[in-house]
Amino acid sequence: MNGSEFSWSEFFAMGGYAFFVWTSYGIALVVILLNIVMPMIERKKVISRVKRAIRREQLQQ
Amino acid sequence: MIKAFYYLLLRDMRLALRSRHELANPLIFFVLVVTLFPLAVMPTPERLQEMAPGVIWVAALLSVLLSLDRLFKLDYEDGSLDQLMLSPNPLVILVLAKVFAHWLLTGLPLVIIAPLLGVFMQLQTESLNVLIWSLLLGTPVLSLIGAIGVSLTVAVNRGGVLLSLIVLPLYIPVLIFGANAIDVASDGMSVRGQLYFLGAVLVLALSLAPLATAIALRITASR
Amino acid sequence: MWNWIHKFSSPKYFYDMSAKLVPWFAIPALLIGVYGLYLGLFVAPTDYQQGESYRIIFIHVPAAWMSLFIYMVMATSAAIGLIWQIRLADVVAAASAPIGASFTFLALVTGSLWGKPMWGTYWVWDARLTSELILLFLYFGYMALQSSIEDQRQADKASGLLAIVGVVNIPIIHYSVEWWNTLHQGATVAKFDKPSMHIDMLIPLLLMALAFKLFYAAVVLVRARNEALYRDRNRRWVRELIEKI
Repeated sequence: MNGSEFSWSEFFAMGGYAFFVWTSYGIALVVILLNIVMPMIERKKVISRVKRAIRREQLQQ
Repeated sequence: MIKAFYYLLLRDMRLALRSRHELANPLIFFVLVVTLFPLAVMPTPERLQEMAPGVIWVAALLSVLLSLDRLFKLDYEDGSLDQLMLSPNPLVILVLAKVFAHWLLTGLPLVIIAPLLGVFMQLQTESLNVLIWSLLLGTPVLSLIGAIGVSLTVAVNRGGVLLSLIVLPLYIPVLIFGANAIDVASDGMSVRGQLYFLGAVLVLALSLAPLATAIALRITASR
Repeated sequence: MWNWIHKFSSPKYFYDMSAKLVPWFAIPALLIGVYGLYLGLFVAPTDYQQGESYRIIFIHVPAAWMSLFIYMVMATSAAIGLIWQIRLADVVAAASAPIGASFTFLALVTGSLWGKPMWGTYWVWDARLTSELILLFLYFGYMALQSSIEDQRQADKASGLLAIVGVVNIPIIHYSVEWWNTLHQGATVAKFDKPSMHIDMLIPLLLMALAFKLFYAAVVLVRARNEALYRDRNRRWVRELIEKI
C-alpha cells in the first residue's frame, strides 16, 4: 500500500494535517447523518399531526 | 399595444411625481451610504479611490433594491394590478412599461448624481466617464431583475428581506463587471470587455426578465 | 406511456412505490461510499505537493458536484411542475432543496478546511468557493420563498420560477466569478482546480461522486414521501394509511 509499512498512528496523523482532514470527514459524516435522521423525524411529525387531526374530527362528531 | 405601453409609462410617472418626496428617498440614500465610507475609514485619496468603484456600485445596488417595492406593491394593494392583468394587452408589455418607469424614476437619477459621488470618493476624471456608462448599462438590469423578485414576493407580508435574499445573488454579475470597469479605467486600461458584458446582460434581461415577471405575477397576484 | 406517467405522478402511487425503491439506492450508496473511502484514504498515494491534506477532495469535490447537480434536478422538476402541472415534480423539487443546500454547505466547509493548510487562511475568495457561496444563497432564497407563501400550489410555482431564473443565472454568475477571480490571481495557479489526477486518486473521487448521487436519490425519495404525505394530509388515502399505523 503506502510506502513500506502501514502504521495506524501515521494514518491518523495524516502527515500533520489531521485536524483538517478529519474535521472535513467528520462534518461530512454529520451532514450525511442529518440527511438521514431529519426525514425520519419529519415523518413522525407528519404522522402524529394527522393522527391529532383525525382525533379532533372524531371528537367533533 | 404601443399606446398601452406609453399610457402606463406616463401614468406610473405621473403617480410617482405626485409624491415627489418619496422619489427622492433612494437618491438621498445613495448619497448617504457613499458618504458613510469616507467617514468610516481614513479618507486618504488613495484609499478612497481604491474603494470608490465598489462602494458606489454597492450603494447603487442597495438603493435600487430599497426602491423596488413601489413597483407593484401599491398597485397590488389598490387593485390596479388585477386590472392590468385582465387587460387585453400582453402583460409582458405592461410590465416593461412599469419597469421602464421605475428605472427613469430611480435608476436614472442615480446615474446622474453618480459623478458627484465619484468626486467625493476622489475618483479621477477619466473614470467618471466609465462610472456613468457602467451605471447607465447596469441600473436598468437591476430594475429588470428586481422586478422578477418583486413579482414573486408581492403577496408576501413584509417581504422586503425576502426580496433582498432573492435578488442580491442575481445582481452579483452586474456588480462584478460594473465595479471592475471603473476600476480598470482608473489604471487607464480598456473597459470595452466589461461594458460589452454589461450590454449583453442588459439585452438578455430585457428579453427574459419581463416574461419571468409576468409569469410570476400570474402565479402570485391572481385572485 | 402517458398512462404510466400519470399513474406514477399520483402521490399515492408514488408513496407506495418509493418505499420499495429506497433500499435500491441506499444500500449501493453505502457500499460504494465505503469502498470509495477505503480507496481514497488507504490506497491513493500521498500527493507530491499537498501531502495528505489533499484527501479532503474526496469529500469536497463530490459535494460541490452534488450541490450543482441537485440544483439542476430541482430546477428541472420545478419546470416540469410548472409546465405540465405534475404535482409530483413539485414535491421532488421541494424535497431536493434542503439536501442540495446541505451539500453546498459541506463543499464550503471542506473547501475552507482544505484552504487553510494550503493557502494559510480559512477563507479564500477563489472562483469555486465564491460560486458555491452564491449557490448557497440561491438555495436559501428558494427555501425562503417556498415557506413564505401559504398556498402550497402558489408556493411551488413561485419558487419553481425562482429556481428556473436561478438556473439561467448560474452560468452567468459562474463566468463572472471566474473572470473576477482571474483578476486577483496574478501569477499563482488557479487554486482549487483539480490537480493532475493520478488514476489512483481519480477512481475514489468518481466512486464518492457516485455514492453521493445514490445517497441523494435515496434521501430525496424519503423526503418526497414525507412531502406527499403532508400535502395530502386531508385526503382519504393518507387518513386511511395513517389510521393503520
